[in-house]
Formats: sequence, structure tokens, C-alpha cells
Amino acid sequence: MSKEEMTGAQALVKSLELAGVDVMFGIPGGAILPAYDPIFDSKIRHILVRHEQGAGHAATGYAQATGRVGVCIATSGPGATNLVTPLADAQMDSVPIVAITGQVSSAAIGTDAFQEADIRGITMPVTKHNFLVTNPKDIPRAIAEAFYIAESGRPGAVLVDIAKDALQLNTTFEYPTSIKLAGYNPVMHPTDSSLRDAAALIAQSTSPVLYVGGGVIKANAYKELLELAELSGAPVVTTLMALGSFPDSHPQHLGMPGMHGTVAAVTALQKSDLLITLGARFDDRVTGKLSTFAPHAKIIHADIDPAEIGKNRKVDVALLGDLKNTIKGLLPELKSAFKKSKPDLTGWWKTVNEWRTQYPLGFDEPDDGSLSPQYVIQRLGQIAGPDAIYCAGVGQHQMWSSQFINYEKPRTWLNSGGLGTMGYAVPAAMGAKVGAPDKVVWAIDGDGCFQMTNQELVTCALNNIPIKVAIINNESLGMVRQWQTLFYNERYSNTELHSKRIPDFAKLGEAMGCVGLRAERKEDVDRVINEAMAINDRPVVIDFSVHRDAMVWPMVSAGASNDLITVARSLAPVWDSQEL
Amino acid sequence: MSTKHTLSVLVENSPGVLARVSSLFSRRGYNIDSLAVGPTEDPKTSRMTIVIDVEGHALEQVIAQLDKLINVISITQLDPVTSVQRELLLVKVATTPENRSQVLETVQLFRAKVVDVAQDAVTIEATGNADKIAALLRVLEPYGIKELVQSGLVAMERGLRLSEKYN
Repeated sequence: MSKEEMTGAQALVKSLELAGVDVMFGIPGGAILPAYDPIFDSKIRHILVRHEQGAGHAATGYAQATGRVGVCIATSGPGATNLVTPLADAQMDSVPIVAITGQVSSAAIGTDAFQEADIRGITMPVTKHNFLVTNPKDIPRAIAEAFYIAESGRPGAVLVDIAKDALQLNTTFEYPTSIKLAGYNPVMHPTDSSLRDAAALIAQSTSPVLYVGGGVIKANAYKELLELAELSGAPVVTTLMALGSFPDSHPQHLGMPGMHGTVAAVTALQKSDLLITLGARFDDRVTGKLSTFAPHAKIIHADIDPAEIGKNRKVDVALLGDLKNTIKGLLPELKSAFKKSKPDLTGWWKTVNEWRTQYPLGFDEPDDGSLSPQYVIQRLGQIAGPDAIYCAGVGQHQMWSSQFINYEKPRTWLNSGGLGTMGYAVPAAMGAKVGAPDKVVWAIDGDGCFQMTNQELVTCALNNIPIKVAIINNESLGMVRQWQTLFYNERYSNTELHSKRIPDFAKLGEAMGCVGLRAERKEDVDRVINEAMAINDRPVVIDFSVHRDAMVWPMVSAGASNDLITVARSLAPVWDSQEL
Repeated sequence: MSTKHTLSVLVENSPGVLARVSSLFSRRGYNIDSLAVGPTEDPKTSRMTIVIDVEGHALEQVIAQLDKLINVISITQLDPVTSVQRELLLVKVATTPENRSQVLETVQLFRAKVVDVAQDAVTIEATGNADKIAALLRVLEPYGIKELVQSGLVAMERGLRLSEKYN
């Protein structure tokens, strides 16, 4: 590439273009201002958000919907610190995003200058890696490395902090043609012997479960997963981060494991003799009390991150590598192992199916004729269908969305799984819609979550990003209230939001340039959803006024054993004599 | 079995790398006994010698998490038998004209060095493994230790033994 003289700011924008960026979300400010001048001329679409947190979650939503790196940009000090939550959120869920921040001039660093914050120091624990650039010639390499680190290996969040003088000074532009980092070489292929060992364990197991995590989506390994599932014949459970990686409608799919998982999924893990773990991390929300989790199971753990293997649960066979390669490598090994002996899973399926039929997911309609939140979410999923993208906030509505919508395709379910970031839904849906403009994108949000980040609906309205928002309005911080109901003697300390009409969400939506709708009775539900589906030129906000006492079931209390799953308040499943 | 482990960590010589390592240890709740860092034969890299106090399984986690840091190039676990391990001690011991010669004798026995002498004290420099440093301090303690400073442990794998080399 020809060497060209330009400013550091121009080098930044040119590097972003060469890294393949087509859109970024951000807000200018003093320290990053030099970069905004060349952004004005760039082919990269810059979407001016209303709060930097919105920019960060939008980058995450974009990345989760498209599989490409999401980009956000902010100024120094408060601009940068407002990105901390979305960076931590993306890092926890292994979402590839790159954040660019302006920093005060290099001579002023360390002097408590105006809008100075040590954002590299602040974000060290919540990013995969970060950079502070003080010399314009280092900008292209830092950007190229940031994108490489964000999207390779186990994806994650990377921040590049650039001093203002580095943006202003001239440099000779040189974009690296290859990237080699001495301390970073993700292992892509598991060893042949580990694949053989894994196949041998599967061929011996009479009650296996495929425990599938978000890594399958990150690795685009869903076709391979389907083949492995059908070859092995094992039941499949998909974690909160993995919904859509395996079709919900598939007969081998038992649903989601964990705190609010299905009885069949939770119990199958508990009673299994072999967990074939694919890109999942034995999170406490899945395992419950770790010492009692899946006590009889041997563990095969496939992951690209060596630090995940054995972190929470000792493994019998580790498959270190990219999941697509791993499953592709496992299939022929398993076929040859099955030629020698293929276990009979009939008895296991009989037991599993009994749990399935005896304890299906369900909900009761409220006695007082008010709207059931689960019904709203279920209808939304049925009307918008499996091609839509659903993006949830955090809390009860998130769990009901995971339970009562059928996910058939990957990248159609976006949520904040690891960090549990309330306020994620609206900006993430915005990012998803920008990345996948032809898809219908629904944010399913709580009234609490919505009030944290709804300002981005202004961004959506002004930038032709017609997302649809369903607010499941129970006038409270519903999940916290549920815990107060169950564990704090119904003492509702600071969980009542009184948000029936303050704010009036429909009017608030209208004020932000959206169409505002409301549903309070069952017969309104289909009508407003269909009305929203027909609007494609503006965002839509629907205020679903729902029954406030609805609870999420089944439930395993925090820290309790998964054996103590309850299907309704004080109602544990009755295990029959065929229990393993 | 001892829960002390010595890790020799080769890192890129870039700003912030010490902060990355120490922040990792603090946020994941690993106990550092000592940490020493300095340049190596290659100006692009530094070497950290980290002594940690963890049980076996946790040690694997420490190494795996440390290895995830982009600036960490390689990690070697050093066995006390096949490595040379040294600490540096500077200690100021109270002396009187009557007992000064006894203190100097101790210094010689431990192959330590006197680096400063004052009216009422001598300052001693000693290097050695943790046991030797501890033993020296035990002997000096009765005289009265006025001030003490100690480096973290530095360690290096021994070269190949002659027998291994010609095998």
C-alpha cells in the first residue's frame, strides 16, 4: 500500500474503513473532535446516539445480529466512562466490539486535566485488551490489532484510547498487512486424541446431554451441532446465550437449563451420565449449587478459551479449539466409534419425555381479567415469527421471552446474559436493526429497563431505524419484586415504579418520534402487535399493561441445588419411581 | 505439600503490563506472595517472577488466566530443585562497640556483605533463597533490627546439567 501523509485522525478513519467498518455509533466531544472531521467525509455511517451507553449496546446488538465487530466511539472522561457498562456487558457475553475513545493530549495525561479519565486503567478488567495510543504512527496498527483481538479466539471487547495530539499530528499512513502477537495465539483445532477420547465417552454413555452454550453461535457451528445432535441422538439443552443455535421445534430439544429453565432440561443435566458441553461455561445460573450439579456426569468440555476448561467443573475430556472445527472433527470419530458400539438411549428418552410431558412450560391467566405478561410475549413470538430478531432487557420479561418465544434460527435472540444489564434492549435492538435492516426487530423490555435507555428511540426515529418496542409494564422491578415475594416476606422495598401512567409510555414514544400504542386487555394484544408489524417507517412503542404479580416459573433459588427446582410457588415436581 | 509456586512470566515490555497482571490477581482473588519485574536480554520483553500461594487446581486457573493477557508471552512454572531462586535483603542492625564484631562474624558466616557502617548500626546486604534469608534474620534479630527491606524473589531455570547435555 502506498504510504500517504495524513493526520492521525485521518489515519484512524482510514484504518476503520480498511478494517471493514460500515457503521459506528457515537457522540463527539473535545478530545475525540479531530476524528469527527474526517468522519464527516467517510463512507462509514456514523449514528449520533443520545448517550454513550446507547452507543456501546448498539455496537453489541449489531455484532450479535450480524456476527461482525460492532464499533462505538466517544470522547474522553465522561464519554469514555459511559462506555464502561457496555464494554463489561460485551466482554461477559463474548461479543466482539471495538470502542474508540479520545484522550486528553499526551502532555496533559496524568495531570487531572479537563475531561481526563484513565479509561485504559478503568477498563482493563472489563475488556479482552485495550490500548493507549499517544503517537499518530501507532494508530493503524492499534486499530488493526484491536479488530483482530476482538473477533478472533474467544471474542470480546477491545478499547482503543487515542490522545488528542496523536489525532492532530501528521503521520505517514501504513496499515499492517499481517498481525502477529507474540502472546496471543488462539488454538483453533483440538487434538486428534482428544476427539477420539470424546467419541469414546459418547459411545459409552447411556444418558448423554448436549449442553450447548453461546459459543456455538459465535463459531457459526449450528449446522455442525444439528448433525452431531442427530448422529448422537442425545437430548439437547441450549443456555440463555445459545437460544436459536438449535431449533426449539426439534424433537431432541429440551429447552433452556438453569435458574428458570425447563424441568426437563434442568433435570436431564442432573441425571445425565455425560455432558457434552459445547461453548458453555458452567455459569452459576446454569449449575445452581456447583457441588451438586450433574453429580453422576462425566464431562466433555469444548471451548476455545483454555481458562474456561476446568474453571468451575473438572473435565474428563477437554476439546480446545474453535467449535466448528471441533464438531467437524468429532463427527467422523463418533461415526467410527458408533460402528463398534452404539448405546441404546431408549430408556433415557422415555424418562426425559416423561419429565417433558409432566412438566411443560406454562402459565396461568390472572383471575382479575388483567393481561398476562406471558401471553403477550407468546403472541408476539407467534405473530412476528421465527425470522424476527428479539432483543430483551433483563428481568422477568427476559426470562418469559426466553421461555415463550420459539427460536428456530441463530442470531434471532439477543440479550445481556452474563452481566445482566438492565437497559440493554432498546439500544441493542437499534444496533441489530442497523446491522440487519431487512429483519423485523422487536425489543421486549420491562418498564424498569425501558426507563434506563429509552432516549435512543430518538436516535432510531431520526435515523430511520424502525425498531418495535414491547414494554411489559408491570409497574415494578418485577424480578426483584418476585424475590421479595418469595424470600423477603412480601416486603416490597423500592421495587414499585408506579409506571402505569407516569411516564405514559405511549405518549413518551410519540414525543420521541415513534408511534405509541397501548394494550390493557387480552383482546387488544393481537391488534396492537399487528398494527406495529404494519408500521415500517417509524419506531413503535407498545405499552402492555400487565398483571403485576405474575412470576417466572420454574425456578431454582439462587445458590440452591438444581435438584430443588420448583415449578410453582412451593410446588416441586413429584419424581416417580423411574427416576434414575 | 507447599502451596507456594514460582512462576516465571515473560511479558511484552509495554506500559501498563504490570497493572494488567496485578489487577488480574486482585480481581480473581489470587494471593501474590511476591512479584519482581525487570528487563531481560531482549529490550522488547520483561520478566516477572511471581510467587503465589494457591492450591493445585487454582494454580492451573492462575496460569490459564494469566496466559489470556495479550501482553503475556509465556509462563514457566519453576521447580525449586531445577531452578536458582534468590532474594535480596538489606537490613540495618543496631550495634554497639562491644557486639559489632559478633555481627560481622555472622555476616561472614552467611556470606553476606556489610555495605554501610555507622556509629550505632551496620547495614548488611545478603542474597540467597528464602530459607537462608530467614535464617540470617533470625540470627540478627537479637541485636535489634532498625530497618529492613527485601526484594521479591527472582528465579531462573538452571542450565542443562553436564550429564543431561551429553546424554
